[in-house]
Amino acid sequence: MNYEAVIGLEVHVQLKTASKMFTRVAAGYGQPENTLTDPVVLALPGALPVLNKEALDKIITAGLILDCAIAPVCKWDRKNYFYPDSPKNYQISQYDQPICVGGTVEIELPGPSRNVMGEHKKIPLTRIHLEEDVGKLNHGASDSLVDYNRAGTPLMEIVSEPAMHSADEAFAFLTALRTAMVQGGISDCDMEKGQLRCDANISIRPVGETKLGVKVELKNLNSISFVRDGIAHEIRRQVAVLGSGGTIVQETRDYDGQTGASQSLRSKEMAHDYRYFPDPDLMPVKVDEAWLAVIRPTLPERMFDRQRRYLEQFQLPYTLTSVLVPSLALGAFFEEAAKLSGKPQAAANWITNDLQRELAAAGVELAASKVRPAHIAGLVKLVESGVISSNIAKEVFVAMFATGEQADAIVERKGLKQSTDTGELEKWVTDAIAADPKAAAGFKGGNEKALNAIKGAVMKASKGKANPQLVDQIARKLLA
Amino acid sequence: MADELIYQSATQLAAQLAAGKISAVELVQACLARRQAVDGRVKAFNSCDEAGALAAAKASDARRAAGQARGPLDGIPVGFKDVIAVEGQPLTCSSKMLANFVSPYDATVTLKLKAAGAIPFGRLNMDEFAMGSSTENSAFGPTANPWDLTRVPGGSSGGSAAAVAAGEVPLTLGSDTGGSIRQPAALCGIVGLKPTYGLVSRYGLAAFASSLDQIGTMAHTVGDAALLLGAIAGHDPRDSTSFKAEVPDYRAALAAKKGPWRLGVPREFFGAGLDPEIGAAVKQAIEFYRKQGCEIKEVALPLAAEYAIAVYYLIATAEASSNLARYDGIRYGHRSKAATDVAGVYFQSRAEGFGPEVKRRIILGTHVLSSGYYDAYYLRAQKVRTLIRNEFTAVLRDCDALLSPTSPVPAFKLGEKSADPLAMYLTDIYTISVNLAGLPGISIPCGFTGGGLPIGLQLIGRPFDEAGLLAVAQAYESAHDWHTKHPSL
Repeated sequence: MNYEAVIGLEVHVQLKTASKMFTRVAAGYGQPENTLTDPVVLALPGALPVLNKEALDKIITAGLILDCAIAPVCKWDRKNYFYPDSPKNYQISQYDQPICVGGTVEIELPGPSRNVMGEHKKIPLTRIHLEEDVGKLNHGASDSLVDYNRAGTPLMEIVSEPAMHSADEAFAFLTALRTAMVQGGISDCDMEKGQLRCDANISIRPVGETKLGVKVELKNLNSISFVRDGIAHEIRRQVAVLGSGGTIVQETRDYDGQTGASQSLRSKEMAHDYRYFPDPDLMPVKVDEAWLAVIRPTLPERMFDRQRRYLEQFQLPYTLTSVLVPSLALGAFFEEAAKLSGKPQAAANWITNDLQRELAAAGVELAASKVRPAHIAGLVKLVESGVISSNIAKEVFVAMFATGEQADAIVERKGLKQSTDTGELEKWVTDAIAADPKAAAGFKGGNEKALNAIKGAVMKASKGKANPQLVDQIARKLLA
Repeated sequence: MADELIYQSATQLAAQLAAGKISAVELVQACLARRQAVDGRVKAFNSCDEAGALAAAKASDARRAAGQARGPLDGIPVGFKDVIAVEGQPLTCSSKMLANFVSPYDATVTLKLKAAGAIPFGRLNMDEFAMGSSTENSAFGPTANPWDLTRVPGGSSGGSAAAVAAGEVPLTLGSDTGGSIRQPAALCGIVGLKPTYGLVSRYGLAAFASSLDQIGTMAHTVGDAALLLGAIAGHDPRDSTSFKAEVPDYRAALAAKKGPWRLGVPREFFGAGLDPEIGAAVKQAIEFYRKQGCEIKEVALPLAAEYAIAVYYLIATAEASSNLARYDGIRYGHRSKAATDVAGVYFQSRAEGFGPEVKRRIILGTHVLSSGYYDAYYLRAQKVRTLIRNEFTAVLRDCDALLSPTSPVPAFKLGEKSADPLAMYLTDIYTISVNLAGLPGISIPCGFTGGGLPIGLQLIGRPFDEAGLLAVAQAYESAHDWHTKHPSL
């Protein structure tokens, strides 16, 4: 029997706020244990939560980027359960009235090749709500220690509809979601720092069946490729279970990315009663149109919207756009260079190839690059106007990257201007013909390719400065 | 010297401090001496940082000598119910769970009082985590009523009421979730004010029931209660439920606001269960206001009378079950020595750390919130709460304040009701609905039973109209001398 997988994701994203969600203490990572604490974080007797507006701004920004409906009232609930990483033994969360409802994440599936755009889909979201993160347990041989530095960090839970059908779709969803969150300034989404965490609900059903199968929750998917691998593994496992006449049990499984295996953590029978109720310490917050009107102008252009614009407006090849759009900074850099040079494609080529290569080799961030959009524009103009050849331009680029000098200054200083002096060119061509009579004879005998040897020798003799078009004309004239 | 200061009002003491007739050190020494003399019998205090209080008194005297006194509370000792955080002092909530806990921070009210120059003077006994009406639920033993040491002082702010009544300290802070300031004030013959919910910050008040808890003032006179309220009221950015409003000068309002007022008398608050002597004393007080030219109207609060106790014990216990979850033996507080794993730390620490009434309410509240019961209990209770609030709002549209008994019974014998939680709960029958409606309420002395036990008159006001409510209370107090009577200890 053929089965179809049905996948829904629950993604937790830590918001990048200066302070914690309900107190003034700084939020942060990698600090000495229990230093980012205060009476509120530690749940001392009498401490009370006060909402961090920045956290609400960020989740509203996320909701608007993802086309969610923003609830007019933001209400807080307590989720009650005992665990040592939870200082109050309840978590402030949103139960029945999430701040963001619905919405979609546009994804791109892998295309037939790197150079061809893949299929696009919009994966519907159920909801996004805001809650507070918990602390961290560090287990020793005979005891466990709790670090509350992470406790109280604003955490967004994004729940998708069960609307994905392959590990590739889930991978694309998470990739697109991460890009949107990073570009919106909402989170850095560093999975190693726990800023983005993902659980997957997976079921399978016979193709054509509309009822959902029994779902298994997969936890501990702590890298985006583990999400893909873990889901693929779970689908295979379920198909094998059903194929051998077994039944799927509703349970939570733990996926180990290192071994590629999963094991059961708990079954449904142990499910918790969280005794949710509205938090009496916090007032509901009204989110009116005026609030949204302040946030809307700050929203970044969505990645795929920008990609479509680059394809249409600048007529860029798909491959270049897919390098430019995942980074807002790189996209802005390109757009500035395109505007200054008037040659978007040439600018895009320099940026996606040479600039990216040099940045990577030097280990430098774009922001710290000495090459700015004006440098790219200057270089493009020199090539377009024939002042230097493309080959010389490569050399000029490396020099620009190293020194931050403008292209024309480098060309001037190094004397790299293309030679258009016909007397000089004729001498180089004559010398080349004399040096390679075999090639000269070959061309005269009708071998068009033989001319390349002559032209190559001229370029070498001129150290690349000879104008290739003029060399071609002169060689043909002299060999006619 | 010292004896002369006992039982003076804070207002009188402030005048003497200002006039240089007494020093803050003398005043604190007088309070310490009185505490030394009587608290072995009254047991109002859980602890008292004598050296800290004297040091603060010296600092106050130095300020005054330098012409930098901070106002009428500078140099006045104020006792704290042991549920409000003072940095460096124990915060036990009269529970074994927090027996050794010292607060590393100040509550907002503490910061405000320190800024006003008041001297934190001791930690006052209470029912464990403010759950109770007699102060018998304290892990450290009960407080006695100064008027009859075989009787309870009321609760849960029993220590705060008894300390004032016994002359150990002129002012105290209490907290009131269902009557915990007003009822002990009534039973001890002093003034107890529960402000409107949201007027005083709850930051640093160990929570019992967040939507009902409110810090309030306990004192010999209405003027003193107003003085202390003025120092602690006002919006606090650390408490999301604190109300953004200007704080009026309550003492100036007392002088300025004169009747006659329109006063409502809820007929349901005079029914079965009301001690006849209390009923008679309260009716006399009502007659006083009528003779002053006030319009007295009988009003009806049928929902409050019928459902307040039930609604309260659903909402308060639900919130308490969640609020007290933090006492788990992990970060601070009692941790069982018998525990060998995480579950043991939770179960055994809480089993050993909490007393029976606290456990009873946690279990009840946990049940109230549990899946399948939430709608029937908690949600329904919240709806009825709204109806009760609406009922009060409607009645207060035509009345400036309401008059009723504070407690249906005078101080009862220690141990008399301990075995019967329901009977104990009923002592709050006239006060609880005021918390549900979030309104200000005050209890003032209005007489004594034949046996010499104090009787309290409750006045209920409009939201955030403490100034009006205090003025109505002041009119009665000015014409009577109940507040000048003190127990012989």
